[in-house]
Amino acid sequence: MIGLVDCNNFYASCERAFNPALRNRPVVVLSNNDGCVIARSNEAKELGIAMGALPFEIEKLIEQNNVAVFSSNYTLYGDMSHRVMTILQTYSQDVEIYSIDEAFLSFDGYNLYDLEAYSREIVGKVTKGTGIPVSMGIASSKTLAKVANKTAKKRKELKGVYVIDSDEKRIEALRNFAIGDVWGIGRQYAELLVRQGVKTALEFTQMNKEWIQKHMTVVGRRTYDELCGHPRIDFELMPPAKQVICNARSFGSMLTEYTQVEEAVANYAARCCEKLRKQNCCASVVMVFVHTNQHRKDLPQYGKNIVINLPVATNSSMELVKYATKGLRAIFKEGFHYKKAGVIVSDIVPAASIQSNMFYELDAIKQGKIMKVLDELNGAMGRNKVIVGRQGFERKWKLRQEKLSPCYSTRLSDIITVKA
Amino acid sequence: MGSTSEVEFYSSETELLMTLPFVSGGIAAGFPSPAEDYLDTGMDLNHELVKNPATTFYGRVKGLSMKDDGILPNDILIVDKSLEPKNGDLAVCFIDGEFTLKRIAKKRDCIYLMPANPEFKPIRVTEENDFIVWGIVTWVIKNTRR
Repeated sequence: MIGLVDCNNFYASCERAFNPALRNRPVVVLSNNDGCVIARSNEAKELGIAMGALPFEIEKLIEQNNVAVFSSNYTLYGDMSHRVMTILQTYSQDVEIYSIDEAFLSFDGYNLYDLEAYSREIVGKVTKGTGIPVSMGIASSKTLAKVANKTAKKRKELKGVYVIDSDEKRIEALRNFAIGDVWGIGRQYAELLVRQGVKTALEFTQMNKEWIQKHMTVVGRRTYDELCGHPRIDFELMPPAKQVICNARSFGSMLTEYTQVEEAVANYAARCCEKLRKQNCCASVVMVFVHTNQHRKDLPQYGKNIVINLPVATNSSMELVKYATKGLRAIFKEGFHYKKAGVIVSDIVPAASIQSNMFYELDAIKQGKIMKVLDELNGAMGRNKVIVGRQGFERKWKLRQEKLSPCYSTRLSDIITVKA
Repeated sequence: MGSTSEVEFYSSETELLMTLPFVSGGIAAGFPSPAEDYLDTGMDLNHELVKNPATTFYGRVKGLSMKDDGILPNDILIVDKSLEPKNGDLAVCFIDGEFTLKRIAKKRDCIYLMPANPEFKPIRVTEENDFIVWGIVTWVIKNTRR
């Protein structure tokens, strides 16, 4: 059997965990740059606040209903996610972390367990230990476990746990389950199926297999099998090392000066390197892009990217910042209002297996030592205390995070700023 | 100061391994300790004080209601949310809109939150209150040289 544990309204719940007074208040969390709504508590959903809603659109609703609004605090969410996953790993040897707030647990060989009681224990321990409420669905396949989880969330009387361990329970869960909500059924397939008169997951499992194979390929057939209770999707316990690392953001306000954009690009490049070093990898290709605000039809538009092949794969901030800003200089044009820039590194290889370049002299060992010291200093004193010169201290490009919750973070430097 | 000890929270960094050399053989107070030529394996306070890293958080004390227990403003609390509250436990509670630090006294029909300062009254918690035990305090860290 397979369990799916999912945190309820994860970001909103993280904010509530440290501020229980928010428990009965509607809570919304905004995207990077306070762009749009990306998470809502149940109360906020009931108010009709939609995913992707822009802050000014819901200004009145917020005021009238005393909605608590937060900028996204990924330091906090990442730490809380890690805590939830750590607890889950004590309940199953094989845990697949599927996203920041979801994990599959394998219960192979748990035949003698009362899985419903076991699930209630897991839900209870995670919810109490972290303050993050979770729900759990159990079934014989991943897709059915997802269905079971959503059912557990939707039906209050189930108290957060639903186990599909009989055909009756499977059919009961699928009967009221919209086909578009099934994991693996995208919008296009959902529309196609509704046109065929298939509205629920149960109706889908009663369709002709050959029709599904023909019109929805093997992917649809796999979902069909999974919904019938036959597992077709394996566990992925080791996520493959990232082949691309991207750091791209919209600026807090539009930028016109080269030096301001350069500062942003230098920071994005440095951040990519930090991530590379954490994975113990190097990248040999870097792409830099900039563009203006496409929604501002009144302003002249421009967008361009450039790909640079590095002479030697690197994870040194000094090297990458140098090439990224070289690239920016080549594509930057005066006279535009820039809204976004980004740095993407690819061709990522393990740091141990770098090809050297006989025409390019780089003291990789020395650079490696410098980067190690830099990481240690920033780890101890707070991010960006020691930086490559071009990263600058002006930070005009910086994110707008006006409603950032106190960073109940993992850093000593942050502890000091907490008011006593 | 209000009628309660308020606390503020931040989560703990337990990945960071800080080891201090630990001299075995104890420390003879009043005497120069005999020179130890060898050091034991390092002692890691994260490991000693934080038994459940995933459910441990930190809080900072504000207010004087627990003064007679030796808990003063700015002390740092190590709080484990996973523990079940026992009679007499020091607990971070959330009651009627704010965090408060008190000892728990369970009675037949209610719970009392007991201060450790004669100037503060015990708080009687009934079903009427919006109340949760947020976490149990396992250790208190004090700076003795402020």
